[in-house]
Amino acid sequence: MPAKITATDSPSKAPASRKKSNGTTVWLDAKSAARARKELGDDKIVEMYRSMLHMRRFEEQAGRAYQMGKIKGFCHLYIGQEPVAVACAEATEERDYMVCAYRDHAHAIAKGITADAVMAELYGKVDGCSRGKGGSMHLFDVDKKFYGGWGIVGGQIPTAAGVAFAAKYRDEDAVTLGLLGDGSIHQGVVHETFNMAQLWSLPIVFIIENNRYAMGTEMHRASSVSDLSVIADAYGMASANIDGKDIFHAYYGIKEAVERARAESKPTLLNIDTYRFRGHSMSDPATYRTKEELEAEMAGDPIIRLQNWLVESKIRTLEEIEAFDVEIKADVKASLKFAEESPQPDESEHEQHIYVDWSWDIE
Amino acid sequence: MRKLAYRQALNEALAEELARDEDVFLMGEEVAEYNGAYKVSVGLLDKFGPKRVIDTPITEAGFAGIGIGAAMVGLKPVIEMMTFNFAVLALDQIMNTAAKMRYMSGGQLSCPIVIRGPGGAAGHLGAQHSQSLEQQYVHIPGLKVVMPSTPYDAKGLLKSAIRDPDPVVFIESELMYGWEGEVPEEEYLIPIGKADVKREGTDCTILTWSRMVHVALGAAETLAEQGISVEVVDLRSLRPLDKEAIRESVKKTNRAVVIEEAWGWASVGASVAEFVSRDLFDFLDAPVGRLHQREIPMPYAYNLEPLNLPNEQWVIDAVKRACYVD
Repeated sequence: MPAKITATDSPSKAPASRKKSNGTTVWLDAKSAARARKELGDDKIVEMYRSMLHMRRFEEQAGRAYQMGKIKGFCHLYIGQEPVAVACAEATEERDYMVCAYRDHAHAIAKGITADAVMAELYGKVDGCSRGKGGSMHLFDVDKKFYGGWGIVGGQIPTAAGVAFAAKYRDEDAVTLGLLGDGSIHQGVVHETFNMAQLWSLPIVFIIENNRYAMGTEMHRASSVSDLSVIADAYGMASANIDGKDIFHAYYGIKEAVERARAESKPTLLNIDTYRFRGHSMSDPATYRTKEELEAEMAGDPIIRLQNWLVESKIRTLEEIEAFDVEIKADVKASLKFAEESPQPDESEHEQHIYVDWSWDIE
Repeated sequence: MRKLAYRQALNEALAEELARDEDVFLMGEEVAEYNGAYKVSVGLLDKFGPKRVIDTPITEAGFAGIGIGAAMVGLKPVIEMMTFNFAVLALDQIMNTAAKMRYMSGGQLSCPIVIRGPGGAAGHLGAQHSQSLEQQYVHIPGLKVVMPSTPYDAKGLLKSAIRDPDPVVFIESELMYGWEGEVPEEEYLIPIGKADVKREGTDCTILTWSRMVHVALGAAETLAEQGISVEVVDLRSLRPLDKEAIRESVKKTNRAVVIEEAWGWASVGASVAEFVSRDLFDFLDAPVGRLHQREIPMPYAYNLEPLNLPNEQWVIDAVKRACYVD
């Protein structure tokens, strides 16, 4: 039987919030939080909070720019899911690879692409991380080991495994994170890849960002199982359920899987519980879920949870946190300005990058 | 010069490139321990070991995608499709990933992968195993498509395809694996994108590729006896297309017939004929002729199968029509 991660509790057993006997609200898994204070230190935790808040403000601005017609096409906002992207980046090293689905703005920033370059890409500008030729769903930065940004649901998973295959082939000490949604888990090619990843012991972590809705289809209408982690069992792969609304739980869950990949060259499937507060894309009013459901989820906003915890734990005061927000909002405005002012790609770029510029010189 | 079978020539190309570059590996169904479904990879596992010659489960989309991901970060995979009929399952990976990576990343990535295997009808295999599907790949900017017709071309072009920095779809001919041809001992490469005149002539140009080259050559022999001199141009590479070679030949003969094994509607042959009709309009003395498979799924019955495919008599008739000879 595959190893089940046991270091952290299943989120299904841990309600979003619970009252302690003294009446204070506990928002985060206490064990993971205590461990994080000890191992990461308060400053690192504050940095993670700031990253989450930055993603939130970035996406809010992207949404506004979209409504103003500055950003076109599809635009899938990440609002509500921030702990997952931050945990992915924090649990890995710079040399590790990341391959994402289409809701990729926050992951790109977390992996080290500047917010300026991501915003410029959304604007279709030449200073975008894909020179304006990729768009929202196709963010790339080879130097940062960020390999997309994928528009075909589930199509990124064999590619991610291929990246992991190459790392192993070359004896690189590098782990690959392959991200997918609860919608893509049922694609055939994803299952083909799980089988080969386990068969060939690839150093990869498959991360399901399970926000419960595949576009407008709630999971119970699309999945024959309610716990997606059991899919790993069919392939003898390790798996775990992770609370993606709790930054510490997410961090340690991912970290453990990354360590397995690094030390043992073994894949893991993580089913990370999360929730998007916006629609599937900007054109989606999300009428398939109730107002009450959304309100209940927003009441457990992962950023507010961490913020309350930081204050209750006396790591930062509310005033200090509010000051962060002012700073971050200014940063995001600057990214917006950068994107506005960046030129569109020159028309000479239109015909470039279809094939490698290459004369007949193969010696 | 020594003679090698088409499959042996391919095998030599693979062996030489595996030996030349550690980043090259071969992956596919039955390529290693079984020595290849069509024995193209025979002996390679013994020579290069299981790290470089890798058997996969039957998961065309999955292992094509794994190869593409490995190519994105700099390895040079050769992915064998047992046949291109099965590569249909991997089409998403090939057209949406391999072909698009460079463009979508603004030139940051390349995808130096070869997807290779046999295509075309091979004799009584029925409708699902007899298709010529090159059009699916030739249609896609970002891919290169090569279809060699001789052992010599097969070896030189496969070596080039493996060294090429872009994704190359390399479609072999299932029927021709055992056919022999001259292949020199010394190393050589054939550039991708260059056609080859397989027979010189003055009255009519035949533009074709893969197995149909041999059908055309057979017909040309018969036509020569009847006083009609046919030039057979083997396109070899369908994307990029050697337009210069086509121009040169048609300007000389002023007549052209395009022959393909695939179905004809919205096909590669249709595009080649369109190119000749438009680009060389002033040089043409007759409408561009076309031959292609009948628009019918391949029947199994021994008597029905040949009715689907262009044969020498069809070619003779088509050339005569183009030459206004009864």
